[in-house]
Amino acid sequence: MEILRYAIYRFGTMVLTLWVVSVLVFVIINLPPGDYLSNQIAELRASGQTAGVEKAEFLRREYALDKPLWQQYFIWVGFLPGPHGFSGLIQGNFGWSFEFDRPVAEIVGDSLWLTVLVNLAAVLFVYLVALPLGVLAAARSRTWVDYTSAFVGYLGLATPNFLLALILFYYGHRWFDLPIGGLMDPIYEGEPMSWDKVKSILIHLIVPTFVIGTSGASAMMQRLRANMLDELGKPYVETAIAKGMAPSRMLAKYPLRVAFNPFVADIGNLLPSMVSGSVLVSVVLGLQTIGPDLLQALKSQDMFLSAFILMFVALLTLIGTMISDVLLVLLDPRIRYEGRDA
Amino acid sequence: MSQLPDGRYVDDAPFDPEQSIRELERKDLDAPNWVLIWRKFKTHRLGLISGAFLLFCYLMLPFVGFIAPYGPNERHSEHLYSPPQSINLFHEGEFLGPFIYPMTSEANMETFQWEFKPDYENPMRLKFFCEGKSYRIAGLIEADTHLFCPPQADVPVFLWGSDRLGRDVFSRILYGAQLSLTVGLIGITVSFVLGIFFGSVAGYFGGKIDWVINRVIEILRSLPELPLWLALSAAVPSNWSPVAVFFIISVILGILDWPGLARSVRAKFLSLREEEYVRAAEMMGATSGRVIRKHLLPNFMSHLIASATLSIPAMILGETALSFLGLGLRAPAVSWGVMLNDAQNLANIEIYWWTAIPMLPIVVVVLAFNFLGDGLRDSLDPYQQ
Repeated sequence: MEILRYAIYRFGTMVLTLWVVSVLVFVIINLPPGDYLSNQIAELRASGQTAGVEKAEFLRREYALDKPLWQQYFIWVGFLPGPHGFSGLIQGNFGWSFEFDRPVAEIVGDSLWLTVLVNLAAVLFVYLVALPLGVLAAARSRTWVDYTSAFVGYLGLATPNFLLALILFYYGHRWFDLPIGGLMDPIYEGEPMSWDKVKSILIHLIVPTFVIGTSGASAMMQRLRANMLDELGKPYVETAIAKGMAPSRMLAKYPLRVAFNPFVADIGNLLPSMVSGSVLVSVVLGLQTIGPDLLQALKSQDMFLSAFILMFVALLTLIGTMISDVLLVLLDPRIRYEGRDA
Repeated sequence: MSQLPDGRYVDDAPFDPEQSIRELERKDLDAPNWVLIWRKFKTHRLGLISGAFLLFCYLMLPFVGFIAPYGPNERHSEHLYSPPQSINLFHEGEFLGPFIYPMTSEANMETFQWEFKPDYENPMRLKFFCEGKSYRIAGLIEADTHLFCPPQADVPVFLWGSDRLGRDVFSRILYGAQLSLTVGLIGITVSFVLGIFFGSVAGYFGGKIDWVINRVIEILRSLPELPLWLALSAAVPSNWSPVAVFFIISVILGILDWPGLARSVRAKFLSLREEEYVRAAEMMGATSGRVIRKHLLPNFMSHLIASATLSIPAMILGETALSFLGLGLRAPAVSWGVMLNDAQNLANIEIYWWTAIPMLPIVVVVLAFNFLGDGLRDSLDPYQQ
């Protein structure tokens, strides 16, 4: 039961954080002088198209952009009624994209799920790669296994994500005939889910997953190796060896369980940088995630679209962090259920 | 001085056989902290090499104009996408001194590309310490002597090829280093000031302030950096001068980096606050500002410097990513990220692979900072075995 209470507490802090984030995002979005509509109105006026001006003015009123900033914020979130009653983020109305002249929800649509998918795959990749390599590097420390993995790890940390993306892309296509660009074959776009479509997506996922996951995996690997080395020096390990336990069984049974803790906790720290990475990589590789949309929206000051995407990205990391925190408590009985300050 | 019965002379002064050993030990114990740190750091080979390399890079920055044969935006319209040239010493078994084979260009009418071929018949010696385009040393002193120049005005030398507009990649990388390497330093200064301020306030005063700052740190740390960087840089007005954009970008990089630092400062403060010497200082009437500055901060300044070294690479990579996406530094300014902006296109890299060369210095510098930081961190506690 206590775990449930902790989960609820953790959920509460997440909602609070999300609220603060929404203020932050709104402020950042409104930092540049002017907004999309006023820019457009100025442009239309300059070219003497009065009909367009009227439409833009109408949109301005429609989306309460003529109100003071703090009211705009409350209307956007849905705490205050807008021109058409309550219709903010809380009510599930994500706003209007001025540039595409369509609702934000319609534009992001599928790419939300693909974003989640890409990030999920990257997290899985981090675990699958870092766990065996980290343990192996610790168990065979100061051998070529250790040095090679350390070298690859350092390279992974030092190479900018987008460069790795370009390189892998090039060679992946050349040597393994991996497809270039996108997250699925163009023929499946907009099609209902089918086995072939899933297969196509999976093949397209290989390179992005690798790129987004590499730096996280190498950080995680080094962490795990250091923790394992600390544990391997302890007397209980010696006892286990002296009793004649098989090395692999001994590793998995004792030191790994202790060293595993930070492994789960770290995903909370890694997730923000991985989501960052996925945005960048998506732009470079032309994946249909929200990354390219965000860049486009930011450049053209399409405020509702970019604000929504920023909120979504933040939500994604917050949920991930929350899950990792709850998992950690489940895994480790030594952790107290109260908040960190208690 | 007295003579012993067997004829030897012995000093009368009292002699303690242990003393010389003890002196040696004391010398170690009394040595200033930095001597001990340095001694330990010297054993960290990789860190030492990286440190020396970075020092060399930063010392070189004011003089890049001297080393680079061309200016950063000097164009050679006859030599677009010219491939890298090598400097040779021997021509047909004969020592000639450093020379290059000039490139001859030819239009391929099938691919519609210019094809460059070295003219092996005609070696041309490089000129050294010659006059070229004028530049400024450290932005102040005007000079026009270059380390090396092309043999003739119409035979350019491109060590690492030329780019889309016929600009020398080698020279541009050197000029780009000026911005790319300093972005991290400015950013880290901002993050240092903010981090130490908020961290020490939270750790020293505790209570409500601590709670508020802690929440802010947690929120900022849980947000993905890059989208926020993007959003903030998109807010930079496009009519600002390149220098202003450069400063604001470095500040933006720093603003989002401080929470990590503040967190470690706070943790240190929480444990150090209870020490006797802090209470003693407070009892003698030291203000909180003085206690923080004179008694607490020096205690772990070295630790902070190490962690700062480890976060500079993130900023360099951040600047590169922003410029690469076209939201960071803008065209007349040259940085490694701006240069890579040209290499965005896969087909481009495939044909003109040398446009992707700027990624090498990025990887090398980032690795060097990582190794240096690791070395510093390991050697910071000299009393630990």
